[in-house]
Amino acid sequence: MSRIQQTFSRLKTQQRVALIPYVTAGDPDPQLTVPIMHALVSAGADMIELGVPFSDPMADGPAIQRASERALLHGVNLKWVLALVAEFRTSNATTPVVLMGYLNPVSHMGYQVFAEQAKNAGVDGVLLVDNPPEEHIAKVFKPYGLDSIFLVSPTTTETRMQLIASQASGFIYYVSLKGVTGSSSLNLDEVAQRIPLIRAAGKDLPVGVGFGIRDAQTAAAIGKFADAVVIGSRIVEEIERSSREAVLDNVQRWVAEVRKALDAQI
Amino acid sequence: MPRDDVPDNRGYFGAYGGSFVAETLVSALEDLKNEYQRARADEQFMAEFRHELKHYVGRPSPVFHARRWSDALGGAQIYLKREDLNHTGAHKINSAMGQALLARRMGKKKVIAETGAGQHGVATATVAARFGMECVIYMGADDIARQSPNVFRMKLLGARVQAVTSGSRTLKDALNEAMRDWVTNVNSTFYILGTAAGPHPYPMLVRDFQAVIGEECLWQMPELAGRQPDVVIACVGGGSNAIGIFHSYLAHPSVRLIGVEAGGKGLGTGQHAAPLASGASAGVLHGFRSYLMQDADGQVLETHSVSAGLDYPGVGPEHAWLKDSHRAEYVAINDDEALQAFHDLCRFEGIIPALESSHALAQAAKMAPQMDKDAILLVNLSGRGDKDINTVAQLAGISLS
Ligand SMILES: Cc1ncc(COP(=O)(O)O)c(C=O)c1O
Repeated sequence: MSRIQQTFSRLKTQQRVALIPYVTAGDPDPQLTVPIMHALVSAGADMIELGVPFSDPMADGPAIQRASERALLHGVNLKWVLALVAEFRTSNATTPVVLMGYLNPVSHMGYQVFAEQAKNAGVDGVLLVDNPPEEHIAKVFKPYGLDSIFLVSPTTTETRMQLIASQASGFIYYVSLKGVTGSSSLNLDEVAQRIPLIRAAGKDLPVGVGFGIRDAQTAAAIGKFADAVVIGSRIVEEIERSSREAVLDNVQRWVAEVRKALDAQI
Repeated sequence: MPRDDVPDNRGYFGAYGGSFVAETLVSALEDLKNEYQRARADEQFMAEFRHELKHYVGRPSPVFHARRWSDALGGAQIYLKREDLNHTGAHKINSAMGQALLARRMGKKKVIAETGAGQHGVATATVAARFGMECVIYMGADDIARQSPNVFRMKLLGARVQAVTSGSRTLKDALNEAMRDWVTNVNSTFYILGTAAGPHPYPMLVRDFQAVIGEECLWQMPELAGRQPDVVIACVGGGSNAIGIFHSYLAHPSVRLIGVEAGGKGLGTGQHAAPLASGASAGVLHGFRSYLMQDADGQVLETHSVSAGLDYPGVGPEHAWLKDSHRAEYVAINDDEALQAFHDLCRFEGIIPALESSHALAQAAKMAPQMDKDAILLVNLSGRGDKDINTVAQLAGISLS
């Protein structure tokens, strides 16, 4: 059983919703990434989505674009991101880490080379925003025990849903709105309607919801029907506006509040 | 081999092309592909496209024998395909018109586009006005500064010009921003892409709409010069004017095809925009796989060219495929060489060419002296240079204001 599966099955018996914060690796600087990851875990994160900085983050809004630019200024590349995960693993063996990013840095490194190094570093899953299931990359990652996370959107057709489900593992990521990360026009009713359909198509793979969740209240509302909530831009903004000294506390406080709201509805 | 058999149904030209986009855009691209296939088979749609090209754009554009310049160079005869004489002053309108007709057919009320030199932005703003559509143009902040006449033209035409300040503040970032708008407003908005790149079906449909350039040359050259050219030369940014003039000549294997990329300050300096000529490796950007200027980590490199329209780190997938198959050759022309050709065409022929097109002209000027006097070079003069007079003046140390 993969670390991601274990996490979801534990949460299921506890009847709790997974909280998955996103941060960009290397933001605000690479020395703070691992401490921020630990702070997220102690605030109640069940899994971490770690962004791989890219020069052209086409699916991201301004907050994550700026985070990516900050990380790139420090020279953070894919190898460095993997080293940060390995460092995190020296004191955390249980919290799954999913890399989220764009195809080119991964395809430039080479899929096999990446898969092997990612596995060795302790990565659990990979979400490449601009890599559609038609490219069949999950097949390459599977032998290394890496889960392939795919996005499903409000515009995904039923036939495509089948194709995605046939390759997805770990969980399925439902993009709760049409737009880039950090937007805020989430439609709760729409999400509530879609999730059972995705779950059915995914043969009961857990369904996480993200893009557009910016506060504890919305997270809790989504948590009523989703298996996981993913929160990115709002946390990245917290990092951006915090001083170096305050960043760990601020992130921890903000995420802990979301945790509380999620758990309050058990 | 007239290559209407590429791309395949997944948008691949050999190993290049495809569709690498976020899930939200997949169904929109599928709709576009299906609607385009229906439109192409619809005689009424194609007749309307031809009608607009003739009566609104002003096609066919002439071919002109640049006799004085050819004589001065002392070799091959240079002929110019005058895309600069189209309405709005460049080839971009051919594809903008085709896509606007598609947008109208699909019931879209708003169109968006990215632009570098501003020519595609102007063309899009123009067709949007022509059909009464809302229009937003994304343009890098640096390009807004160096192409100010075109920015004002777009505004006159009723478009909103959105400055893009992320990344390198040029064409590639404008494309990122246009994609972000599209993903957010995918139901109401049609993305009029400016070059033969992007996710499938864009490279195919832009090529098809631009193919009129070469189709006309095919009958114009025998009429004017008595035969087809020995060499066809076009500048390559994303590759739309080049594929437009190449397409019909693919079936004429004796015609050499040469694409000219922006050599900037020289390939050796790294400050250029020539992924093909510099031997860059393949990568994925803006929804398609092709040759791409990138660093050792797969981050996309910033590019440099004196011409905003060529200042792009990637290249349309069909050109990558034509390079690999050796059917076309790709070379680079530096800023200085392009500027020289710009001035030469002004003085010898009374034509002010776009800085983009000046790269193709410079390649012709390089080759002509080495060739017989009865050899024929056909250059795609993709646009006029009025938009560039500020840049050229600045380089010469002259202030226009
Ligand atoms: C006059 C002109 N020629 C060429 C180009 C380059 O584009 P493409 O390679 O798609 O023809 C541009 C782009 O802005 C242009 O304005």
